[in-house]
Amino acid sequence: MSCSAIYILDVKGKVLISRNYRGDIDLGVIEKFMPLLMEKEEEGLLTPILQTTDCTFAYIKTNNLYIVSTTKKNANIALVFVFLHKIVQVMTEYFKELEEESIRDNFVVIYELLDELLDFGYPQTTDSKILQEYITQEGHKLEIQPRIPVAVTNAVSWRSEGIKYRKNEVFLDVIESVNLLANANGNVLRSEIVGAIKMRVYLSGMPELRLGLNDKVLFESTGRGKSKSVELEDVKFHQCVRLSRFEIDRTISFIPPDGEFELMSYRLNTHVKPLIWIESVIERHAHSRVEYMIKAKSQFKRRSTANNVEIVIPVPHDADSPKFKTTIGSVKYAPEQNAITWTIKSFPGGKEYLMRAHFGLPSVECEDTEGKPPIQVKFEIPYFTTSGIQVRYLKIIEKSGYQALPWVRYITQNGDYQLRTN
Amino acid sequence: MTDSKYFTTTKKGEIFELKSELNNDKKEKKKEAVKKVIASMTVGKDVSALFPDVVNCMQTDNLELKKLVYLYLMNYAKSQPDMAIMAVNTFVKDCEDPNPLIRALAVRTMGCIRVDKITEYLCEPLRKCLKDEDPYVRKTAAVCVAKLYDISSGLVEDQGFLEQLKELLSDSNPMVVANAVAALSEINESSPTGQPLVELSTSTINKLLTALNECTEWGQVFILDSLSNYTPRDEREAQSICERITPRLAHANAAVVLSAVKVLIKMMEILAGDTEFCSTLSKKLAPPLVTLLSSEPEVQYVALRNINLIVQKKPDILKHEMKVFFVKYNDPIYVKLEKLDIMIRLASQANIAQVLSELKEYATEVDVDFVRKAVRAIGRCAIKVEPSAERCVSTLLDLIQTKVNYVVQEAIVVIKDIFRNWWNSTANALNCFGFSPKIRTDSKQAWTKYVGKEAEKMYPAPDKRWCSIAVWEPAQNPPIEPIAVSRVAITMSIRVGSMLKCSVSPRFSSEAIRIVMVIVHNFAPCSCQTLSDRKVGLLVDEDYIVAFAVSCNGTGDGHETIRVNYGFVHAHELGQALFQFQMHVCGSYTFSIINTSCKRKYPNKYESIISTLCENLDTLDEPEARASMVWIIGEYAERIDNADELLDSFLEGFADENAQVQLQLLTAVVKLFLKRPQHTQGLVQHVLSLATQDSDNPDLRDRGFIYWRLLSTDPAAAKEVVLADKPLISEETDLLEPTLLDELICHISSLASVYHKPPTAFVEGRSAGIRKTLPARQGSGDETTTTAEATVIPSQDSLIGDLLSMDLGSTVPAAAAPMAAPTSNVDLLGGGLDVLLGSGAPDLSGSVAPSTTGLLGDIFGLTSAPAMYTPPKTCWLPAEKGKGLEIYGTFSRRAGQISMDMTLTNKAMQFRSGASHPLTVPALQPGQSLEYSLALNTTGPVQRMDPLTTLQVAIKNNVDVFYYACQMPIQILFTEDGTLDKRVFLTTWRDIPSANEVQYTINDIKGTTDSISNKMTQNNIFTIAKRNVEGQDMLYQSLKLTNNIWVLLELKLQPGVTTATLSLKSRSVEVAPYVFQAYESIVRN
Repeated sequence: MSCSAIYILDVKGKVLISRNYRGDIDLGVIEKFMPLLMEKEEEGLLTPILQTTDCTFAYIKTNNLYIVSTTKKNANIALVFVFLHKIVQVMTEYFKELEEESIRDNFVVIYELLDELLDFGYPQTTDSKILQEYITQEGHKLEIQPRIPVAVTNAVSWRSEGIKYRKNEVFLDVIESVNLLANANGNVLRSEIVGAIKMRVYLSGMPELRLGLNDKVLFESTGRGKSKSVELEDVKFHQCVRLSRFEIDRTISFIPPDGEFELMSYRLNTHVKPLIWIESVIERHAHSRVEYMIKAKSQFKRRSTANNVEIVIPVPHDADSPKFKTTIGSVKYAPEQNAITWTIKSFPGGKEYLMRAHFGLPSVECEDTEGKPPIQVKFEIPYFTTSGIQVRYLKIIEKSGYQALPWVRYITQNGDYQLRTN
Repeated sequence: MTDSKYFTTTKKGEIFELKSELNNDKKEKKKEAVKKVIASMTVGKDVSALFPDVVNCMQTDNLELKKLVYLYLMNYAKSQPDMAIMAVNTFVKDCEDPNPLIRALAVRTMGCIRVDKITEYLCEPLRKCLKDEDPYVRKTAAVCVAKLYDISSGLVEDQGFLEQLKELLSDSNPMVVANAVAALSEINESSPTGQPLVELSTSTINKLLTALNECTEWGQVFILDSLSNYTPRDEREAQSICERITPRLAHANAAVVLSAVKVLIKMMEILAGDTEFCSTLSKKLAPPLVTLLSSEPEVQYVALRNINLIVQKKPDILKHEMKVFFVKYNDPIYVKLEKLDIMIRLASQANIAQVLSELKEYATEVDVDFVRKAVRAIGRCAIKVEPSAERCVSTLLDLIQTKVNYVVQEAIVVIKDIFRNWWNSTANALNCFGFSPKIRTDSKQAWTKYVGKEAEKMYPAPDKRWCSIAVWEPAQNPPIEPIAVSRVAITMSIRVGSMLKCSVSPRFSSEAIRIVMVIVHNFAPCSCQTLSDRKVGLLVDEDYIVAFAVSCNGTGDGHETIRVNYGFVHAHELGQALFQFQMHVCGSYTFSIINTSCKRKYPNKYESIISTLCENLDTLDEPEARASMVWIIGEYAERIDNADELLDSFLEGFADENAQVQLQLLTAVVKLFLKRPQHTQGLVQHVLSLATQDSDNPDLRDRGFIYWRLLSTDPAAAKEVVLADKPLISEETDLLEPTLLDELICHISSLASVYHKPPTAFVEGRSAGIRKTLPARQGSGDETTTTAEATVIPSQDSLIGDLLSMDLGSTVPAAAAPMAAPTSNVDLLGGGLDVLLGSGAPDLSGSVAPSTTGLLGDIFGLTSAPAMYTPPKTCWLPAEKGKGLEIYGTFSRRAGQISMDMTLTNKAMQFRSGASHPLTVPALQPGQSLEYSLALNTTGPVQRMDPLTTLQVAIKNNVDVFYYACQMPIQILFTEDGTLDKRVFLTTWRDIPSANEVQYTINDIKGTTDSISNKMTQNNIFTIAKRNVEGQDMLYQSLKLTNNIWVLLELKLQPGVTTATLSLKSRSVEVAPYVFQAYESIVRN
């Protein structure tokens, strides 16, 4: 709480647009921001919160823009950061891309938005769909004066009334990202699944939705303990979900916003077998060459296939004359990333592929020591979830009684998938 | 078409052009012009000159235009307050517009225009808007009340807006409730009294909890934050609040989750910790906290800083979640460092293996700061989890083998800390590494050398024991070790040992000698050769020579190579040589050598060494080296004749020195002064004024003030403090202090929780709000103890009073004690004046040079040295009896030292001047007086006198010996450690039989209770507790006599009445009349 002012700066620290909410800090204080940031960066003490004698800066960086908030009080800083990210989200939804140019092009709307998003430092309406109903880019073309949508102050602040579709449809995507951290000895240090259920809702009116999952807690409480179920360690819901209802009987019931949104996310800490396992042998011959032998193994069912597999292997920054040999896919050297990327378009389960790479190293060694970045893997496995989560039903009830079609898709992809090397 | 076109302007006459456009009749043109104005404003051009023209456009039904004009007004109203009034009418009108959007816009904007004249007009529209039919207007108006409060708090209170705001808490619309809560919290926080203006009642809490389920994510945060300020009446209410808040942990918004966590942890404090409810709740907290780590990096950072607090407060919540804090390669550095810190806090015997292998991994990364922290972390693990110490050391040793400079350095520093704490369990690890036959000779050699070198660098670290052990091990096992290793070890041992010898603590000296002895015994031929090779003349110190001589004799070897006197003969040269090479390392050590040797044999050469030193001072350019040099001078001030000159030369460029050096200079000068006070007052005053008046560095200033205060009030304590042995690092130093931790827990998710500082530390003035503390668990502790304590707990004021009146005396138990002078005859000036002691009473010993303490007292007499009451001088020896010598005297007590202050006057015409004249060199001319202070001692044999306080004195001069007796006021015998813990006081009071209680009434009392208490404290009568009973002030006081008799007193004072009742209890009740007398004299003066 209590953001005193919000600034959007370009990468050099020049103010593109700003809005003063509380007037307790001189707007000119922003002059101190960039020098302070540089200084802290130099000292290696950079944090997203910078303190000066006059105020505290909290900032995020996106697309070469700094979104900065100032405060003089003991503000709720978690809220400030979540809000700053929200600003970016809202503006991105308004202007597609939030960047220097789009800010100049839309400064009138941005002023209007800043006025509506925050009042006296307290976040107000931040739902871009609702905002778009009364803050429009082409405002001057509208003949009728805009009215505030009821939703702004409604208990259902995320959905307007009177939405109409000819064909009522709901698309549900269950997307699981696998986070993995393995050490150089091949031991998995940490693995977790972060799942998200994303929806695209094209429904008329004010529909009531109820989602059924094979949730272990629910199954046990309803005496279906033996059926295949998933223990969700932590669940986070979109604000449309009635949390107290979920707390009581694990029912996920909600009135969805219109269009695309993330209904829920969940986390499982279960130990899973790494879906794609990489073994690497790296031989460094100082001053002459370095050789890589990379073995990729798919450790999932044969009937599934991983698509667009990319294995990113870091190489020394002074490596030269790359040579590759592989049985499948293609290998590319990306000197700007100091890495090689091995791409395999289609990688069926239970297979094993090999790739060899060879680089020359200069005889004169660079003095800077290099870190040991991990090997990273990207992949997508459709029609499959690692956790075994299933959508059992999606009930849609609207007072007009229309029939709606729910569509469900499952996909597993990489999250933060890192394998340390020697 | 985009808005960017508005930024392109035709430079010339821009303002003028805009002016005419603004006054254009066409609406479209007008709007275009306003947009141009706003565009200019955005890029920072001053367009305030257009104020009237823009305000003219305000009356429009185009919402977009209106918004732009409002925006312009907010920006420039303050600079044009008179013209801003023009806008008021439109505002008032807009507040009644049929479109709620416009009503809200008007009321919102009006609150942002911080111009007094406008504020007056705001009240009426605001009142209407607070009751508006549209919730959007109401919620905007609610925030506007907070805005108005910020401009004029009086107006809000007078106009009854607070009540209206309170009513909004029961509004049917959840958003209105949320904004009303936010506004109220804001007002409460900035209330001038620090007391909340609006207290939340149970029924409001229920309404808030209901609204919580329905309002936006931000509204939920406002509600949760204000709930965290509420203390429920009982456990049941706390539990029901918890139940209703727990579902918020599943919210996608991290701010909602953190605020919910804050409320839950606070409520758990009220609930009994061992219930099932509490343990389930604890279990529910972990997963959401872990999930926060998958949010945006900035939010992660805030979460991690908060988790750091939570882990300290409730270690159980996350104890199984170590792995989630493992650092990822692409984490931002601030996230990495925080994760590292939490990993250490969660480290336990169960997970230490994992932690160590992670830390080892991090130590090979590129970021130097992170690597250093990782290495440090290994050390902290070892200190935290003792059984792992050995493992940690071996991990560190692996790292040392990487030979990456900063890793090695950090590792060595860390090993030192580990050894300091657990050297028994880690010594083995060391053996395993360095000295098992498996390890290659050259690496052992390197290791040994390294440890030795580090040991030198670490000078002046207090504990060097580990280094000696490390290097000593190979030397001790010559049969296993190759000659090369042993030789290195020996050299290093000797160097380390030598330093140990110089160190302050005798424990290390003996260690040093032992090392040398063992080496020489076991490995004589090699060691002797090494020693002579390296011209290790370091063995100059007596003990070494003895040890060495003994060893050499024992082996029958080495007589030729090493002469016992070697060191003495070459000390001078050697010192210079050493100095040139490694001055900041061995400098101090050189000094001690030179000093000891020169004092004995070459007193004249001493100065030349110092001059060499001075020549080289300029070559020390690294702050660390300069600081070390200064430290050396300060630490060995008593051995360096011209230490004062040296330090003085440093002081010339004081302002240009690095802060580290400045701090060290300050300390060094104070050390010097405490060691040699005679000629250094000027210097110390100079440095204190430099530090306290001319410096901007708060550390330096504070340290200066502390020294000043110490020196001016209690020099003996100053000595204890400044010259004390340095304390060892405690393993818990990185934990937050519990009360601070509790306060920070109340501020979870706020800036305070990120800074780990209370809000008062960074928020100015009243907006810092009230200090928050966790609620106390109810029903704990029985009634009797709490009431008993309540009476003896001193109020905040008296605590501060105690602090300021320098209670430090309690750390100096009778400073006179060590000066035991068993013989009663002390010849002070070659027979000039003998001070004889009466066979009874306390011992007396004196020094003719003005006593240190006296001087100290004098120097700082100007400052607020509390004056102990000293009775006026009385005539002890009249001139007739003393054959012309007249003595007036009194007794006083300064800094734990009793002294007899005398004025000696020569009243006799025939008084001859001469060497044997009393006390000082200049003879007492007839009629001349001399002030003299004599230190008294209380450890001699005692004879009971009647009255008790009689002191018999004998004084001898070249004329005769004179005897006289005088009365000592008893208060000079009150010691500085006469304060008691309040519990001890209570039990002691109870234990002394009532037969030993004496009552006394003191008349003619002046001053208030506090001033009396202060006076008493200055006279070593300590107030243990103070309370007020039926209008009477009760002071509970204690004092202790030099012969360890405790006296407990209760002083009853009535404000406005000049008599007071004193009750005394003591095991030796004979002292009572004297104590009463003392009381009377102190109170009246």
